[in-house]
Amino acid sequence: MSFESKENIENKSAVRTEEMVLNMGPQHPSTHGVLRLEITLEGELITKVTPHIGYLHRCFEKHAEAMTYPQVIPYTDRMDYLASMYNEIGYVIGVEKLLKIEVPDRVEYIRVIMGELQRIASHLVALGTYGVDIGAFTPFLYCFRDREKILHLFEITCGARLLYNYIWIGGLSHDLHPDFVRLTREFIKDFKPNIKELNNLLSYNKIFIDRTANVGILPVDTAINFGVTGPNLRASGINWDLRKDDPYSVYQKFDYEIPVGEGKAGTVGDSWDRYYVRVREMEESLKIIEQALDTLPDGDIASAIPKRIKPPAGMIYTRVENPRGELGYFIISDGSINPFRVKVRAPSFVSLQIMDELCRGHLVADVITILGSIDIVLGEIDR
Amino acid sequence: MKEYFSNIFTAFSTVWTGMKITFKHLFIPSVTIQYPEVRLQLPERERNRLYVNMDDCIGCDQCARACPVNCISIETVKSVPGDDLGKTSNGKKKALWVTRFDIDFAKCCYCQLCVFPCPTECIYMTDVYEFSEFDRDKLIYEFSTLTKEEKREKLERLDRHYNEREADKLGRM
Amino acid sequence: MIYDVINNLTGSPVLSAVIVAMLPLFLFILPFALVAVYLERKVSAHMQDRLGPMRVGYHGILQTIADIIKLIQKEDIIANENDKLLFNIAPVLVFVGSYAAFAAIPFTSVYIGAQIDLGIFLIIAVTGLVVAGILMAGWASNNKYSLLGAMRAAAQIISYEIPTILVVLSLVMMTGSMNLYTLSEMQTGYFWNWNLFGGSYDLLQKLLLIPFMLIGFIIIYISTLAEVNRTPFDIPEAESELVSGFHTEYSGMKFAMFFLAEYANMFAVSAIVAALFLGGYQSPFGYLGNLIGAEWLVSIEQFLWFTIKGVGLVLVQMWLRWTLPRLRVDQLMTVSWKYLIPISFVNLIIIGLITIL
Repeated sequence: MSFESKENIENKSAVRTEEMVLNMGPQHPSTHGVLRLEITLEGELITKVTPHIGYLHRCFEKHAEAMTYPQVIPYTDRMDYLASMYNEIGYVIGVEKLLKIEVPDRVEYIRVIMGELQRIASHLVALGTYGVDIGAFTPFLYCFRDREKILHLFEITCGARLLYNYIWIGGLSHDLHPDFVRLTREFIKDFKPNIKELNNLLSYNKIFIDRTANVGILPVDTAINFGVTGPNLRASGINWDLRKDDPYSVYQKFDYEIPVGEGKAGTVGDSWDRYYVRVREMEESLKIIEQALDTLPDGDIASAIPKRIKPPAGMIYTRVENPRGELGYFIISDGSINPFRVKVRAPSFVSLQIMDELCRGHLVADVITILGSIDIVLGEIDR
Repeated sequence: MKEYFSNIFTAFSTVWTGMKITFKHLFIPSVTIQYPEVRLQLPERERNRLYVNMDDCIGCDQCARACPVNCISIETVKSVPGDDLGKTSNGKKKALWVTRFDIDFAKCCYCQLCVFPCPTECIYMTDVYEFSEFDRDKLIYEFSTLTKEEKREKLERLDRHYNEREADKLGRM
Repeated sequence: MIYDVINNLTGSPVLSAVIVAMLPLFLFILPFALVAVYLERKVSAHMQDRLGPMRVGYHGILQTIADIIKLIQKEDIIANENDKLLFNIAPVLVFVGSYAAFAAIPFTSVYIGAQIDLGIFLIIAVTGLVVAGILMAGWASNNKYSLLGAMRAAAQIISYEIPTILVVLSLVMMTGSMNLYTLSEMQTGYFWNWNLFGGSYDLLQKLLLIPFMLIGFIIIYISTLAEVNRTPFDIPEAESELVSGFHTEYSGMKFAMFFLAEYANMFAVSAIVAALFLGGYQSPFGYLGNLIGAEWLVSIEQFLWFTIKGVGLVLVQMWLRWTLPRLRVDQLMTVSWKYLIPISFVNLIIIGLITIL
């Protein structure tokens, strides 16, 4: 016999509406990686979304405590495997600041070129897979055809297509290939009409706009409260980009704009804005690459690499602008050849938290639209 | 009311623009190749399977220490004075017998960190990428050129050398 | 005419009627479904700058046969909680619903599967069986996702039947007959006499009719696209949202039946649209057989023209599939109820007015 008050018993026998729990399991064609979403539905409207992560955890931060400083770089590659150059750049800039060494100008310019090429490649994947989620299968293949050219550029420089181990502490592992500048200029020339084609095929298509406009609107104060950065924040209307507001490397020397969401197809901060900000960012990256190629200085790329990397004891936090937001590294060194602690602030981890806020009140089909527009990579979230 | 008709109009015009693009692509030759009859020419800095030229290896263990995943295992035996192991291609005299040089390609992450510290440039990455096996143990490549009897013989000679030195020291005392 | 030949052979009118109605099925539609699968893969591949099937046979011609053989020899999985009767009947219903419509479609002027005065009515009624089959498949799969997919598919097909019927009504009003054979015969002459360009009337009525016929053609094309669940209306089979919708749980030959039924359905609706608007089996330029005096050549030419029109419309359906993204469920319903149905009503009234004049 249970002792319950009379009101409780009456409430329990009253009519309850059914709440269904739908599980978009770790294996699903549309969650970008192994992500489990637990969706609570009332009819067709969503009341709560809980993401479950951890299916791709590989103990990166623990490994980093056992490796020497140069050996950590292949591990940083594998966190956000679609934008490996930025992972390396962030870590390397941090260690260089701890060691207090200056790198030659040529190294900085090449790092910027590689970073911006990597940004274009990562955005192409995001846009292509977003198209497939919405149902348009063809732009995916066009995006990947262009991405192949970028990966070929990386392949002739350092030998690998996806996980480079190219940016080393104090310099680079190889100098540019003799054909690199010519091939990059050809790529830029071929790519500009392809962006226009992508816009005509997908971005301005009425059906696509109907699917994504006014879906998943991210208000400005919610974005700031959660700490969202990158294209997701810029799509809500705020002009915040680490390359202009907290510059690192030689980004001050280039002339480019920061695209901000304006709500052209609906409200400011909806999924179409997040998508379109990425398309515009690709165009701006092309401008930066052109300017960097034009003013590339000569020099030696390996002169500043120290023989044995043993930073003095201290801590530092560096941040770079990943294609997905602000990637931060917090490195504590205790004077030995292994770092004491490497902590990574992954932008996708923060962006995934807004799923619950954005999905409330939408239909089930919109979950995939919203998830695709936030552009997460599970390797970064789980590390 | 006006929005009703402008919706219809934009729908048709954007659909028509999209259709023109895909129609144009029907006549563009394909960008894919028919692997395995046609293979891509890989660039010269390509990073695939490692190769070790044992004639040049001096057994310094630098590559094993640089590897982030510990896939290289090296065991060496000191040579007895009077043994001639030959020279490497850039003129250094070798002093260690390399009895074991195993690379486990299931662990290798193809990062190239082992290539740079080698003083004789005997370990390098080739462009071989089709080396899959059915059995994981077959992916452990053994590069050492000494046979089992030779390894035992070298170890015994080293032991005998140390014993003779001990005996000499005791004898002199 | 073929009916007479077979009647003489067998001597029993019922048997020969059955054989005559089944002939297009085995001689034309089944091979067409096989070719259509291959064609779709090749067309989609070339639109996406890649090659498509290339290994089985010369440039992959035998790929569909290899797929069918693979599907036939697969294990037929029926889970314990599935409703066995419904699970087994569902693919049969869908298959029958798609293939039986071919009995009333005019292939040439001398041969039609079944000479029925209510041709269009029969076709629309029989293709309604597909809805029942889909609902059975979704329910019997005992899978939340399949049920959702099946209900959406049923709602979609039923909503889009209405604009189809309205446009067909307007055409029947204009020509006065439901028999597809009569409709095709009324469009003899050059392509100027096709229903799309106003039918065989005097010039003023024709010119008045042309814009409304064009609107009717577009409406019926879009509605039939939705009836066969092709993109942009392929919510029931959306791969990335519901993992294959109502036919997730089917394997082997049953899945092959759903598959083939879809392609046959595509051709059926293209054939109907061609018969209604584009002149059926009539040639746009006149007949070679008439020119050189060989009368028997005319019917073969008509068959060729009919095939060309049908396959052309099927190719446009494929073209649309690989260009456009998918519509969401509520947008699907909006397009049908708020846009297509009012416009087709207005169209119907105006065409009726013009016909009376």
